[in-house]
Amino acid sequence: MASTTTSSSAAPTVPDAVIKQRVRQSVTTEDWLIRGLIVLAGLWLLVIIFLPLYSIIYRSLTDKAGNLIWFANYATYFQNPALYGSLYNSIFIATVSTIISVLIGFLFSYAVTRTAMVGKPIFRRIVMLPLYMPSLIHAIALIYLFGNQGFVTKGFFGYFRENWGFDPSFDIGLYGPIGIIIGEVLFCFPQAIIILIVALSLTDARLYEASTALRASRIRTFFTVTVPSIKYGLISAAFVCFTLAFTDFGIPKVVGGDFNVLATDIYKQVIGQQNFQMGATVSILLLVPTVIAFAVDRIVQRRQMSLVNARAVPLHPQPNPLLDGVMLLFCMIITLIVLAMLGTAIFASLVNVWPYDFTLTLKHYDFGRVGGGGFNAYWNSVRMSAYTAVFGTVILFFSAYLIEKGKQLQWTRSIIYFISILPVALPGMVIGLAYIFFFNQPSWDMAGLTIPNPFNVLYGTMTILVIANIVHYYTVPFLTATTALKQMDPEFESVSASMSVPFYKTFWRVTLPVCLPAVLEIAMYYFVSAMVTVSAVIFLYAPSLKLASVAVVNMDDAGDTAAAAAMSVFIIVTSIGVRVLYELVTWGITRQTQAWKKR
Amino acid sequence: MKTRLLHLLLVLVSLLLVACGQQQTAAPAANGPANSTPDTGNAAAPASTSGDDQSIVVYTALEDDQLERYLDVFKADHPEINVELVRDSTGIITAKLLAEKDNPQADVIWGLAATSLLVADGEGLLEPYAPEGLDRINPKFRDPNDPPTWVGIDAWMSAFCVNTIELNNNNLPMPESWADLVKPEYKGFIVMPNPNSSGTGFLSVSSFLQLMGEEKGWEYMDALHENIAQYTHSGSKPCKMAGAGEFPIGISFGYRGIIQKEDGEPIETVFPSEGSGWDLEANALVKKDTIKPSAKTFLDWAIGDDSMAQYAQSFAIVTAETDQPVPEGFPKDPLAQLIDNDFQWAAENREAILAEWLERYDSKSEPEE
Amino acid sequence: MSASQQTPDNVYLQVRNVTKTFGHFVALADISLDMYRGEFICFLGPSGCGKTTLLRIIAGLEEQNTGQIIQNGVDISRFPPARRDFGIVFQSYALFPNLTAAKNIAYGLEQSKLSRQDIQERVQQLLNLVGLPDSGHKYPAQLSGGQQQRIALARALALSPGLLLLDEPLSALDAKVRASLRTEMTSLHQRLGITSIMVTHDQAEALTMADRVVVMDHGRIVQVGTSQEIYHHPATPFVANFVGVMNFMQATVTDQAGTVYWGSLPLALNHHVAQWPAGSSLTLAIRPEDVRVADAAAGAPSVALAHIEQTEFLGPTYRLHLRIPANGNGHHDVSLLADIPAQQAHHAALQAARMVPIQLPSEAIRVFAPEA
Repeated sequence: MASTTTSSSAAPTVPDAVIKQRVRQSVTTEDWLIRGLIVLAGLWLLVIIFLPLYSIIYRSLTDKAGNLIWFANYATYFQNPALYGSLYNSIFIATVSTIISVLIGFLFSYAVTRTAMVGKPIFRRIVMLPLYMPSLIHAIALIYLFGNQGFVTKGFFGYFRENWGFDPSFDIGLYGPIGIIIGEVLFCFPQAIIILIVALSLTDARLYEASTALRASRIRTFFTVTVPSIKYGLISAAFVCFTLAFTDFGIPKVVGGDFNVLATDIYKQVIGQQNFQMGATVSILLLVPTVIAFAVDRIVQRRQMSLVNARAVPLHPQPNPLLDGVMLLFCMIITLIVLAMLGTAIFASLVNVWPYDFTLTLKHYDFGRVGGGGFNAYWNSVRMSAYTAVFGTVILFFSAYLIEKGKQLQWTRSIIYFISILPVALPGMVIGLAYIFFFNQPSWDMAGLTIPNPFNVLYGTMTILVIANIVHYYTVPFLTATTALKQMDPEFESVSASMSVPFYKTFWRVTLPVCLPAVLEIAMYYFVSAMVTVSAVIFLYAPSLKLASVAVVNMDDAGDTAAAAAMSVFIIVTSIGVRVLYELVTWGITRQTQAWKKR
Repeated sequence: MKTRLLHLLLVLVSLLLVACGQQQTAAPAANGPANSTPDTGNAAAPASTSGDDQSIVVYTALEDDQLERYLDVFKADHPEINVELVRDSTGIITAKLLAEKDNPQADVIWGLAATSLLVADGEGLLEPYAPEGLDRINPKFRDPNDPPTWVGIDAWMSAFCVNTIELNNNNLPMPESWADLVKPEYKGFIVMPNPNSSGTGFLSVSSFLQLMGEEKGWEYMDALHENIAQYTHSGSKPCKMAGAGEFPIGISFGYRGIIQKEDGEPIETVFPSEGSGWDLEANALVKKDTIKPSAKTFLDWAIGDDSMAQYAQSFAIVTAETDQPVPEGFPKDPLAQLIDNDFQWAAENREAILAEWLERYDSKSEPEE
Repeated sequence: MSASQQTPDNVYLQVRNVTKTFGHFVALADISLDMYRGEFICFLGPSGCGKTTLLRIIAGLEEQNTGQIIQNGVDISRFPPARRDFGIVFQSYALFPNLTAAKNIAYGLEQSKLSRQDIQERVQQLLNLVGLPDSGHKYPAQLSGGQQQRIALARALALSPGLLLLDEPLSALDAKVRASLRTEMTSLHQRLGITSIMVTHDQAEALTMADRVVVMDHGRIVQVGTSQEIYHHPATPFVANFVGVMNFMQATVTDQAGTVYWGSLPLALNHHVAQWPAGSSLTLAIRPEDVRVADAAAGAPSVALAHIEQTEFLGPTYRLHLRIPANGNGHHDVSLLADIPAQQAHHAALQAARMVPIQLPSEAIRVFAPEA
């Protein structure tokens, strides 16, 4: 047989001098435009994220009088065992919550994208409801369900014992890690679903056909095709869940009992003791996992290939009675839990005195008798959320596009990417404080020079609230956008260039329409998040701009839990209403622009 | 490498250009108080720089449900002044105040804990001012300096809220004193605010120390700690938990339990027989480049007879004599209920007390795997 | 094959000393190449040989480290893709999924100053050209792979570019469609006469379609020539092996007279071997179809008795796996492949386990010099 003289010779080498050379293409107007836009995107992030963050970092290095003391605050923090115990607790809570959230999120996303089970559209919509609920109402619902006087804990107040002869009462020991984890999971898994649905729905059916043709079992296909194709989505989801659970303070504050976590430590330092320096120090510690996650993300991303190109064929899941049945059951349980939370919140707004007088009343919906700003605050919230949705989506998607598809300024784009995923690690309270420090500063003294702060005018306006929301909720939609963009054929831009079509035209005619579902999802996410947000805006809202979500907290503070629940119901109903409106309006558009998805 | 530098340069240059451009448009805004730049573009112009002398920003921690009533009175007396109110819990208002110290937004602080005002004063945020009618104020309840930095309007005192239904369900006697709370039968039934998170919590701790002396005070808290189910992050939370039956006994403050009872919750407010720790809600003028006359007008009004009469409907103790009766639920002689509270001592020893408390009790929240 | 004139004044595209590295990996090492007007060129080579990189550099989608690209007399090395004159079809086709086939084709035309009417006409013309006159309204997902490929081709041709670049355009299709598209593309090329470059790793594709094939390996051009030249006169063992099937024989020069032994079989060569000293080792190669089986003239040189180990039915031909036993003297058995027409195989009843005489005709044996 033939011998194997297949290769001519070893790989060639060239001098190092040549490696460093490049024949640079001349820079066109279009290139300048892209560069300009990238720089603009960078500046935008610099002002809304980096500089405020810098002001926090700086605080962590100073003492109360403002003298630079470098790492003394950190040393103090780590010398106190009660304090660094919180670090351990936070990592524990975040890890467990992430595992559960991503698992639930993945199974659920898989069920609604890849199985032939019934009721997928309705499950998809119900499962997003937790995002529409102010976090306080999460906590109230949890306490009303699982607290010492909760429905579940008390066995539905004897209803089953009297009528059915058994007592399902069950005390889960809400206050402490269990309560926090339940709360975080309910808070995080819809976020994981947002990312994973995008990742799972953009796939090529032919990969599966190929796998089936190779007689790979479903399980093998799952691990060889499904998991690798959404690896990036999974890692993003885990990253988001971890940082959210790691930095959230609303849930531990209410159901955490004495279980200390870093975020409640910040609360203690800032609100309890007005020790901003220590609060800033703890905030910086919260950033550490994000930085690590960023490194992981970058490494993974390098290997991510685009899976959707023009030849991609949409996947039409085949019926599989067993799988569909199991998934249906799973989705029903999850949505039932979600609905139970919502139902409890609505119920809480209707009862006279929980848990002693269950007669129903609508009196709590009369906000005139309680403080907080009432309907005025509600309309402010709607306005703010609408602005956040519109401006946030436009700015965010376009900058994600520039980072992902721009070929210019590689180095700048990496930095922008990093700054873009930072906000998830910033607790709202930290953003709020950072914004006060940065935007309320009338001028800076630098080397004897007084530089007026041009952004000072924004302080106390609607604009700063909108910006704070855009920043606070930047990362999840950014990852959604990036995931969607990554899954597009990178040659679209090359083809356009070959036809001398400018990039913005291709963006407008192809990229945007193809990513439309993701874009609309982002807008919805911004709207509902802005409706419920408290922690970032509580420091920032101006006297004439009271907000519904803040009113919820204030009413509850004043003891009007039912009125707080009632206002929450308004918020939830609004978000649902906007969702319905959006579905109606976009139905037509989507039908047109997404016609290509149907085979 | 060269191109990288070029990019960096580009970024910096554009940054400068943008900054300069914005500086020019923003310059008038930063220069003086009489600013009404149209480019803020929003309904709410920045409050502090609002050109309207008749508009003042008031930070307050007074309860939301009382404010409407008070403000109606103010509007009737001074229709020309527009009050922009920022209301939040004591902790948030204090934090906001301190965070904004380089460029204060508030003109007036109204009804904020005196301990918080001491902190703000320590940061140099307050301008001494003697409001009209100061002589009517009980000297115990104002800053002794002349002119005073802060003037109290009412006092609130610690108390515990007890859920009568849950107490009966568990066959427990009604606690009447601080001493009762350390009895073993209340184990796991008591919640109190964490002094590291809440002013009310700190008030309780400092009053134990002042009432019983340092050593006895800590001993008492060691015993109490055995009975505590959890330390909450908010001062009103223990009472709310008691009202909802989550935990039958909540150490909180008097006003809280009384309004909850009015709302129909099975709550009894107990003012302990040993006496209650207390704090003042006080007013102060914020130190700014330009102090508006209407801010002073507001402070004058805020200790006037009309306002005092209103406060007296909610609080057992107001700082000036009124003809209002003590509201229902409070002790008949509220002043006698107050312990001798040394604000200055509490403020000075605050950090040490909190550190000690953290060391003793917060380790309870250590992971218990 | 179209007859493009290979004269210096007819050069359309020149690649001059192009080097491209990715980090320390050298993708292209000092590549130079001339392409003539109207020519159909294939870049052929295994994956990683640099062929796609070269195509992308010609398109301006990558920047080379050094070297020039000259198109139609103009140095376009520093031109961004948008300023270069080419149409491109990618392996993925990169059809815009949200636009119909017609809109895809019209995409570049809409940039031009053509009227709506003219655009429509041009699109229809192109749809006719690629044989899909009625598919304009369909979305890419509604088209088969072959149809998508044609739409991509139509889109690339829409602006009548001077150069057509095809990056593995057929590799994603199944064999049947691929074969028919091959012929179609060739005839399209003949009709339009557009200078075209196709990247492929499929030697059959290259041989059937190209006017000239550029064989690449490890970032270098190994051979440039017509299909026949490449097939019959491979410049290196690599080319010989990569293009078609080849028997390689490690032979030894035994004496000054130039006798060469392959195993125990003495071989007659047309080549003058005296330049190599006795004992030097040569690589010889012969295509399976050039091996003469069963009709070897007795006493002719390079004849041996071979053992048929296995037969393989390939339709028109049979492939025989042959082994020539060693005749002692420390030689080893040697084996080779031979292709014979099916008819002959039947006629001579050539089956496994039979012994047959074979001959390696001297004119069919290629000699590759020992490596220095």
